[in-house]
Amino acid sequence: MPEDPVKMSELSPEDRERLTLTGLEVEMKNREGSFFQVDQEIRQWTSLNEGIEILPIHEALRKYEWLSGYSWNLVKKDKDQYTKYVADQPEPRGFVIIARKGSKTIYPLQACLFLARSPVQHVHNIIIAEEGAELHIISGCASASYTKTGSHIGVSEFYVGRGARITSTMIHNWGEEISVFPRSAARVEEDGVFISNYVCMQPVRKVQMAPFVDLAGRNAIARFSSIVVCTQGSYMDLGSVARLAAEGSGAELVTRAITTGGTIISRGMIEGAARHTKGHIECRGLILRDGVIHAIPEIKGDVVDTELSHEAAVGKIARDEIEYLMSRGLDEDVATATIIRGFLDVRIAGLPDALQAQIDAAIDSAEKSGF
Amino acid sequence: MLEIEDLHVKIGDREVLHDINLTIREGETHVLMGPNGSGKTTLLRAIMGFSGLDVTKGTIRFKGKDITNLPIHERAKMGIGMLFQRPPTISGLKLGKLLAVTSGDRTAMVSEYARFLHMDAFMDRAINLGFSGGEIKRSEVLQLMVQQPDFVMLDEPESGVDLENITLIGNAIARLLEKDVHIVNRKKSGLVITHTGYILDYLDADFGHVMCDGAFRCHGNPREILKVIKTSGYKECLACQKIQ
Repeated sequence: MPEDPVKMSELSPEDRERLTLTGLEVEMKNREGSFFQVDQEIRQWTSLNEGIEILPIHEALRKYEWLSGYSWNLVKKDKDQYTKYVADQPEPRGFVIIARKGSKTIYPLQACLFLARSPVQHVHNIIIAEEGAELHIISGCASASYTKTGSHIGVSEFYVGRGARITSTMIHNWGEEISVFPRSAARVEEDGVFISNYVCMQPVRKVQMAPFVDLAGRNAIARFSSIVVCTQGSYMDLGSVARLAAEGSGAELVTRAITTGGTIISRGMIEGAARHTKGHIECRGLILRDGVIHAIPEIKGDVVDTELSHEAAVGKIARDEIEYLMSRGLDEDVATATIIRGFLDVRIAGLPDALQAQIDAAIDSAEKSGF
Repeated sequence: MLEIEDLHVKIGDREVLHDINLTIREGETHVLMGPNGSGKTTLLRAIMGFSGLDVTKGTIRFKGKDITNLPIHERAKMGIGMLFQRPPTISGLKLGKLLAVTSGDRTAMVSEYARFLHMDAFMDRAINLGFSGGEIKRSEVLQLMVQQPDFVMLDEPESGVDLENITLIGNAIARLLEKDVHIVNRKKSGLVITHTGYILDYLDADFGHVMCDGAFRCHGNPREILKVIKTSGYKECLACQKIQ
């Protein structure tokens, strides 16, 4: 590999493969834009869609004065030590995506955040979909094959305008000694839709996050899906929080978690703060090898006419399901893998086929390695 | 095709099948009747090799080979198939995906079978998730048609199924058991559990057996046995000394 890769295509074959596993198209096939950051260096950014602008955050803040009102607005600087660390950086890094009014993407924009030699990578991203815009983003976060330790801290602020739609799919492929602290928040205006997906099938030392969505406009919708496999030595504290602040708004938080020896804390919180709102939390966990899955669903209703529910189930694969498939001719290992694959197969309404395919590919890869 | 000799089966400490002897030849269809809890489903599960059952005595031979201790999937690969009365729901696993895995070199036939059973719209649905009674049975028959077993066990194929679906399922099972092939050339065999006998309108079963309290009480013409049960109930079978 070149000592200092400028473009994704100049990475070593091994690291290109690692990025491919996070859903990134190194050759930009079926992508409408791209952003590539190695450690703190922004190497590449481009948008092929006239209605959508993608810029490094420091340039965007210089170019658009109004943008400062969107920066550190949904995520507070003093939220915790990690946000403070990012806020204290003299040179902010990360990206800004602005989807102009009515613009639409068919294929997703991709953002690649690659940890190579820095002990800490920090990013601050602002994503804005103006009225009626439709924006799909895939964030592939990975570390280089030779990077054994480090931390990634990512602050993301999403603004979903009136009747707009953002889907954000984040696929992680870190290393066994790398810790990750995403800090995200979103505000969704009237008739807006925010879909957030998180996939992590590979070992990581620690992931801790609890993205928050404020459904501020009437009939605003949010869906969070997390699909994770937690290997021995990994610790994942994952959650999402939704506030149904406007009439007719709704949220769904879905988690499929498998532990093969690691610890998963699966949190979910929905607050029904307005009338005619609906929220549902679903967490299903499979313990394949001794490990921990701790599901903590919370629902809080503040008014009449809010309907909130949750369901959580943690256990093993049912023997009768395995034997049912064996009676169709599958041996026990194949039957078990087939059930696990199905367990992780969450169909996400409203997700473009290209992004669903990337999630499927990440799960396929984990299946091939025997979870 | 299938020879069961002196089979005894326990669940936990309790013997639930006693002294079962049964021979099913190539091309034959047998019917198994008996009151609820008499052991009919347990016998099918023992033949398939499910866990939770302990064969304490006797043998099960299939195509001349002792399969008493073979794992389930090897029995399936040898040609045993089973329609479940209450199959599990496997959320996330699509019916189409399972059929793709089990169809082997019969992939091209999957669509035709699915259309025949009006299941083509269910290929992207998770197995049995939200299926009605009739849909579950159609899914089961479809899986068996794709699997093409030589020996088919059917556990109450008509239960929970409306009349229209019984016709569809009955015709599909008849096809599965090669009822359209002359008996001399017929290779497929079956063992069918039924309470109502409706399925027999499509199958022309050859032999009937009545099971009570884990043992056979009667063997004979299936339609005649069914007639006795319909008029006098199983008490007639319990009183019958013919088998003792």
